[in-house]
Amino acid sequence: MSDEGRGTRDEPDSVAVLDAPGAPPALPEAQEETVHDRLERVWRDEPGFWGWVTSVNHKRIALRYIITAFVFFILGGIEAAMMRAQLARPENGLIGPDLYNQLFTVHGSTMMFLFAVPIVEAMGLYFVPLMIGTRNVAFPRLNAYGYWTYLIGGALLYVALFTNTGPDQGWFSYVPLAGPEYAPGKRVDVWAQMVTFTEIAAIVGGIEIIVTTFKQRAPGMSLNRVPLFVWAMVVMSFMVLFAMPWVATASTLFLAMDRLIGTHFFNVAEGGDALLWQHLFWFFGHPEVYIIFIPALGMVSSIVATFTSRPVFGYTAMTLSLVATGFLSFGLWVHHMFATPLPQLGLSFFTASSAMITLPTGVQIFCWLATIWAGRARFATPLLFVVGFVVLFVFGGMTGLMLAAVPLDLQITDTFFVPGHIHYVLLGGMVFPLFGAFYYWFPKITGRMLSDRAGKVQFWFLFAGVNVAFFPMLMLGFAGMPRRVYTYLPEMGWGGLNFTATLGAALIALGVVIFLANVAWALRNGRLAGADPWGGDTLEWATSSPPPDYNFAHIPIVRGRAALWAAGHELPVVTGLREDRREVLVTTMLDAMPDSRHEAPEPTVGPLLAALATGVAFTVGIFTVWGFFIGGLLLYPALLVWAWPRGKKPREHEVIEVPE
Amino acid sequence: MAASVAACSGPQRVLDPAGPQAEHIARLATFLFVTAGIVCAIVFAALALSVQNGRRRADRGEAPDETPDGERRRGRAIGLAAAATTVVLFVYLVAAVRTGRALAWTAEGGPTERAGPPGAPPGLPPERGPFPGGAPLTVEVTGRQWWWEMKYDDPTPSRMLTTANELHIPVGRPVRIVTQSYDVIHSFWVPKLHGKQDMIPGYKNVLWLRADRPGVYRGQCAEYCGHQHAHMAFDVIAESPAEFARWYESQLAPSAPPTDSSAQHGQTVFMSNACIMCHAIGGTPAASRVGPDLTHLASRRTLAAGTLPNTRGHLAGWIVDPQGIKPGARMPSNQLTPDDLNALLDYLRSLK
Repeated sequence: MSDEGRGTRDEPDSVAVLDAPGAPPALPEAQEETVHDRLERVWRDEPGFWGWVTSVNHKRIALRYIITAFVFFILGGIEAAMMRAQLARPENGLIGPDLYNQLFTVHGSTMMFLFAVPIVEAMGLYFVPLMIGTRNVAFPRLNAYGYWTYLIGGALLYVALFTNTGPDQGWFSYVPLAGPEYAPGKRVDVWAQMVTFTEIAAIVGGIEIIVTTFKQRAPGMSLNRVPLFVWAMVVMSFMVLFAMPWVATASTLFLAMDRLIGTHFFNVAEGGDALLWQHLFWFFGHPEVYIIFIPALGMVSSIVATFTSRPVFGYTAMTLSLVATGFLSFGLWVHHMFATPLPQLGLSFFTASSAMITLPTGVQIFCWLATIWAGRARFATPLLFVVGFVVLFVFGGMTGLMLAAVPLDLQITDTFFVPGHIHYVLLGGMVFPLFGAFYYWFPKITGRMLSDRAGKVQFWFLFAGVNVAFFPMLMLGFAGMPRRVYTYLPEMGWGGLNFTATLGAALIALGVVIFLANVAWALRNGRLAGADPWGGDTLEWATSSPPPDYNFAHIPIVRGRAALWAAGHELPVVTGLREDRREVLVTTMLDAMPDSRHEAPEPTVGPLLAALATGVAFTVGIFTVWGFFIGGLLLYPALLVWAWPRGKKPREHEVIEVPE
Repeated sequence: MAASVAACSGPQRVLDPAGPQAEHIARLATFLFVTAGIVCAIVFAALALSVQNGRRRADRGEAPDETPDGERRRGRAIGLAAAATTVVLFVYLVAAVRTGRALAWTAEGGPTERAGPPGAPPGLPPERGPFPGGAPLTVEVTGRQWWWEMKYDDPTPSRMLTTANELHIPVGRPVRIVTQSYDVIHSFWVPKLHGKQDMIPGYKNVLWLRADRPGVYRGQCAEYCGHQHAHMAFDVIAESPAEFARWYESQLAPSAPPTDSSAQHGQTVFMSNACIMCHAIGGTPAASRVGPDLTHLASRRTLAAGTLPNTRGHLAGWIVDPQGIKPGARMPSNQLTPDDLNALLDYLRSLK
C-alpha cells in the first residue's frame, strides 16, 4: 500500500483529454495568459448584488457558511457568558428562569446545529474540491440552496429568541416537556423547524462532498491516495446522511405533528411513548458529536503532515480508524439513557461499544504522535493547537469513559460533569483543531497570513480558559450540582467552583476576541502568503492564494499520496478541458481515471428562490399546517427558475477514451 | 485529585456515600480516577517526548525520518500501544459491569454483599439473595412540576401514608423506591445513597437503596423538567427504626383540630380560599391531590420542595408571593388581609 502512495508506478506526465470542439489543444505554458482570462470569463460571478445572490461558486458559498457559522459561534458564546454570569454566585438575580432556560436551549442548539456541523461541512465544501483538484462541487446549485436554507433556519431561531419566543425545552427537547400539553405557545415549534432547516442544509452538504469526492478527483488520485482530510469529510458526510434523518423524523414529523395536528406519537395517555423520542433523538445525537469530531481529525492530519514535513504515519490505519469510528458511533446512543428503564444487559452492551470506539481514536492519536516524533516539527500556531487538542481531548475522553460506565453514569449524568465533559471534548476535540485549521488555511482563503505571535497568545488564553472553565464543572458534578438549573442555594457549597468556571469563560472570550482582532488586522496588514506558505502536501497549495474562481488553470495529475511532495517542482496537468464554458473532469470512482467531461451549472437565482419557498413552508408551518402546502406550491416556480435552460445548446457528456 | 475530592463538599457529594449502593459507585469512581490519571500521564509523557524529538530535528535542520526501519519501529510501537489500550479498556469494562451487577436488585434478590480482596476492581460476585437488611420498605415517589409526592406502601390500606418533599427511612433497612411521573420527565436522585432513576410518564421503575448511618441526605431532580427544575429538591431523613416508627405513627394520624381561636379562624381561611382547591389536610374536608399534602406540614424541614427553610416568615412569604420566590410554580399568589394571613399561619404551623 505504501509503495502505491509514493508514486513509483509508471505514469504519464500529462493526460490529454480528447479534443473538445472550440477548445484548440495547446501547450499550457504558451498560452497561460489567455487560458486564465478565458477561464476567468467563464467561471466568474456577475459583479454586484446579483452576482452575490446567484453565485454557485463553492468557495464563495463555503466562505459564507464559515462566516455565518462563526457569527453563530459568537452568539452562542454570548449566551454562554450570560449563563456563566448568572451562575457565578448562588441565588443570583441577574437572569430569571424563563430567560435562562431559553439561553441554555438556544446555546446548545446554536452550537450544535448552527455552528459545529455547518462549519465543519463548510471547511469540507471549501477545501475538498481544491484538495482533489476540481473546479467546483458536484451539484453547485444544490450547494447554494443548502446555504440559504441554513441561513433562514438560523435567522428563525434568533428572531424567536430576540422576541422572547426562544425555545426553552433544552436542545434535546425531551417529550412530554416539549409536547403540546407542557409547552404551549410556539417556542418548541420554532426549535423543531430550525432543526429541519439545518438538517436539509447538512444533508445537502453531505451529498455534495460524497459525490464530488467520488466522481471528480484529479486523474491519478486513486482512493488510496485521497488525503486524510478528504477521507474524514467523506466519512462525516455518510454519517450525516444516516444520522440526520432520525432527528428530522422525530422533530419535523412526530413532534411537529403532535403539536400541530394532534397526533399522539409521544402522548402516553393515548398509547404513545415518551421514551421513543429519546431513542430517535440520540440515534441522531450521538453520531452528531462524531460528525463534528471526525472532520476535526482530518484537519489535524493535514496540519500534522505539513508542520512535520512528512506524511502522517499509517495512512491505512488512519483511514480505517475514521471509517470504524463512523460505524461505531451509531452504536452508542443508549449511553445517554442509562438512567431510563432499560434492561441492565442492554445497558452493558453500550458501555462496551463506548469503550470500543476509544480504540480507533486512540490509534489515530498514536499515529500523530509517531508522526511528530519522526518529523521535523515546526511549532507554528496550527501545530500548537494540535498539541492542545491532544491534551484536552485525551483528558476529555477519560471523562467520557466515566460517563460510559453505567453505575458511575447514574451518579454523574445530568450533573455539571456532563457539560464539563462535552466542552472538553468539543472545544478540545473540535474548536482547537478548527482554530488550528483557521491559522493554517487563512492564507489560502485570503492570501494573507495571520499573526503567528497573536495566534500563540490566543492559544494560551483558550487553553487556560478551557481548563479554568470546565475542570470546575467536572468537580461540580461530583459535588452533586444538576445541570440546567438557573440558580442554586448558598448552603450547597457550589459557589466557589461556579465563580472559577465563570472566570474561565472570560478567558475563553478573550481568546476569541484576540482571534477576531488578528483576522481584522491580517486582512489589511497580514504578510502576503503566496501560493504555498507552509510547504503543504495537498493540491490546494498548488494554486494561487486566494484561488481563482476556477481553482486550477489546468487540472493537476496526482502521482503520489502527498500530491505536491511526490510531484517535485513539476506538477503534470490535464489538457483539453473546454475553456469557453464551465466544464469539470469526471473520473472513475476507484482509480480516478478520466471518464467524461461534465458541463458544470452556471449561476442562477433558483436556489435562493427555492430556499425561500422552503422557508415559507416551514416557518408558516409553525402556525398552520397550510404553510406546507403554500410553500410546496411556491417551490414549483422556484425549481422552474433553477432548472431553466440558458439558451446554450445542451451537450451530451463526452466519454473519454483512455488509451491503454 | 485530593484537592478535587476535598473541594467536592456539601450536602450532595457523590463521593461521600451513606449506603451500599452509593459506596459501590464511589469505589468505581475512585478506580476510574486512578486509571484515567495513569493513562493521561502516559499519553502526555508520550506527547512531550514526541514534541521534544520532532523539535530537536527541526532545530538541527535534519530531514524527517521516513526510513522503512523507522516506520517499522513506529508501527510496532503503535501496535503495542493499541494492545495496551485494549487491555485497559477490558479491565474498565469488567469493573463497570461488575459494579452494575452489584447495583442490580429485583424483588427476589440480587448479588449478595461480600467485600472483595483489597485492591480488586469494585464489584461483587453474582450470588443471588435478597437485599440484605430485612424486609424492604416500599415507597412510591411521584415526580410533579415541581415537587415530590411520597406514598408509603403497606399491606393494610389504612396504614398507607402520603406525604410530600420529605422521605423518612429507617437506617439499615432496604428501601424499594418505585418511581413514576405525574407530568413530565423528572429524575429521582439522592447522591449520597444511589445514582439516578429517571421518572418517565408511562413507566414505573424501581430503585433499591439503604442508608447505613443516620443523617439528612439531600436529593434533587436531575432531569430538566421546566421552569423550576432548579427548585425541586427533597430531604431523605435516615433515622433509627424506633424513631422512624414514631414518625410513621404520627404522620398516619389525621391533623389535630385547631384549639386556639386564631388557628380556628385560620382553618376557616384555608377552607374558604384558593388553598382548598389544591391541598389536602387529613381530618378536614380538604382532600385535593393537585398540590402537596399538608396534613403534617409543620413537621417538615423545608417549604416549596427544598427551596425555603420551614419557618413562619418563609411560610408567610410563600403563601403571599410564591411567584416571586419560585417563578412559574403552579401555586398562585394569594391576597389575604394581615389578620387572615396571621390566622392561616397559626393554623398551618399547628399541623405538626
